[in-house]
Amino acid sequence: MYNFDFTRPSSIKDAVAAIGAGGQALSGGQTLIPTMKARLAMPETLVSLTGIQEMKGICTNDAGQICIGAATTHAEVAREVAKSYPALSDLAGHIGDPAVRNRGTIGGSLANNDPSACYPSAVLGSGAIVKTNAREIAADDFFQGMFTTALEEGEIITEVKFPVPQKANYQKFVQPASRFALVGVFVAKFADGVRVAVTGASGEGVFRWTEAEAALSKDFSAAALDGVAAPSADGMISDLHGTGAYRAHLVKVMTARAVAAA
Amino acid sequence: MTQVKLSVNGKEMSAEVEGRTLLVEVLRDKLGLTGTHVGCDTSQCGACTVHVNGRSMKSCSVLALDVAGAEVTTIEGMANPDGSLSVIQAAFKEHHGLQCGFCTPGMVMTAAALLKENPKPSEAEVRAYLEGNICRCTGYHNIVKAILAASGQDVAAIAAE
Repeated sequence: MYNFDFTRPSSIKDAVAAIGAGGQALSGGQTLIPTMKARLAMPETLVSLTGIQEMKGICTNDAGQICIGAATTHAEVAREVAKSYPALSDLAGHIGDPAVRNRGTIGGSLANNDPSACYPSAVLGSGAIVKTNAREIAADDFFQGMFTTALEEGEIITEVKFPVPQKANYQKFVQPASRFALVGVFVAKFADGVRVAVTGASGEGVFRWTEAEAALSKDFSAAALDGVAAPSADGMISDLHGTGAYRAHLVKVMTARAVAAA
Repeated sequence: MTQVKLSVNGKEMSAEVEGRTLLVEVLRDKLGLTGTHVGCDTSQCGACTVHVNGRSMKSCSVLALDVAGAEVTTIEGMANPDGSLSVIQAAFKEHHGLQCGFCTPGMVMTAAALLKENPKPSEAEVRAYLEGNICRCTGYHNIVKAILAASGQDVAAIAAE
């Protein structure tokens, strides 16, 4: 790993200033540090967000949304929302392994937008709001393709606000070696309809499977998917772990399992 | 170079580090605590697992300066004050939970983290918790058995496999 200057501000304001001056944001570092070791990234200045208390912790706001500070670890989310949003807790509690969950953060995961990461599916599936130092971004606008988000240069995620659905579930088909999602599907049933968000499958990153949403909004049952064709294999990730057609097939299978388990 | 202060196994320690210095490098190279191992150096194998402020972390994937001031516990801090093996360490010995021993420091630290969170885990819970710790010798059976035994559960019925 090439050397760099390291700074650990204690406020969002100071962090934004340091990043604006050319620094690279560092959250839990469970992706960035291995990436830097491989010399695939070589920032001159790292700005750690782990010392910012106002970006940590979980609360419920007046609108009933669960508000999670961006620097909150996966393990904390898994523990804290176990009763208030079990599907989100279950997802957070199965990211990586226990040591990674004690370090990795929700904000870091979302800003990276790895096409096989779990969190993007919960955020898109819940119709959550990504709050930054500058604005609020709807999940539907936030994810813009593999490793690409709506974040501007120098903008950092400070909080994520989750509406709580009536029912929800996340089903992950793990790639047996890496334990990343080969395909993961987050299903959330709200009073005004169902959202289905798929991670791991598409070369464009997380996406909503709208055909399934339409069928499940009429009838929230696994059987309602019988008449829905699996999404097209075009654009699905195809690698030695599974072809695009296999992933497309898994999307439907995992969606049905999520509905049955919700 | 910047000075980083840590409380390691209850002792206040400090070292001169660069921005890129990893926690495991401070422990091994600066403080001489070589019980914590580096296996893969890509945060997959878990041999470098230590506790930071009571939580298990992979010390090869944490920058030393990012945990300045933290309380760190390593395998050297796991034995009883009189030097005898802790319950978990003794169970690993009793149930042959190690062969070459390279992964063992990480396994013991992860086991300690598990039993703190979940004092009576099921076998499935033990196996799931060990997902980030790789052992290439034992096939895991005796590690799982040792952890179940350390939790005070009867493992007599579990055959040696």
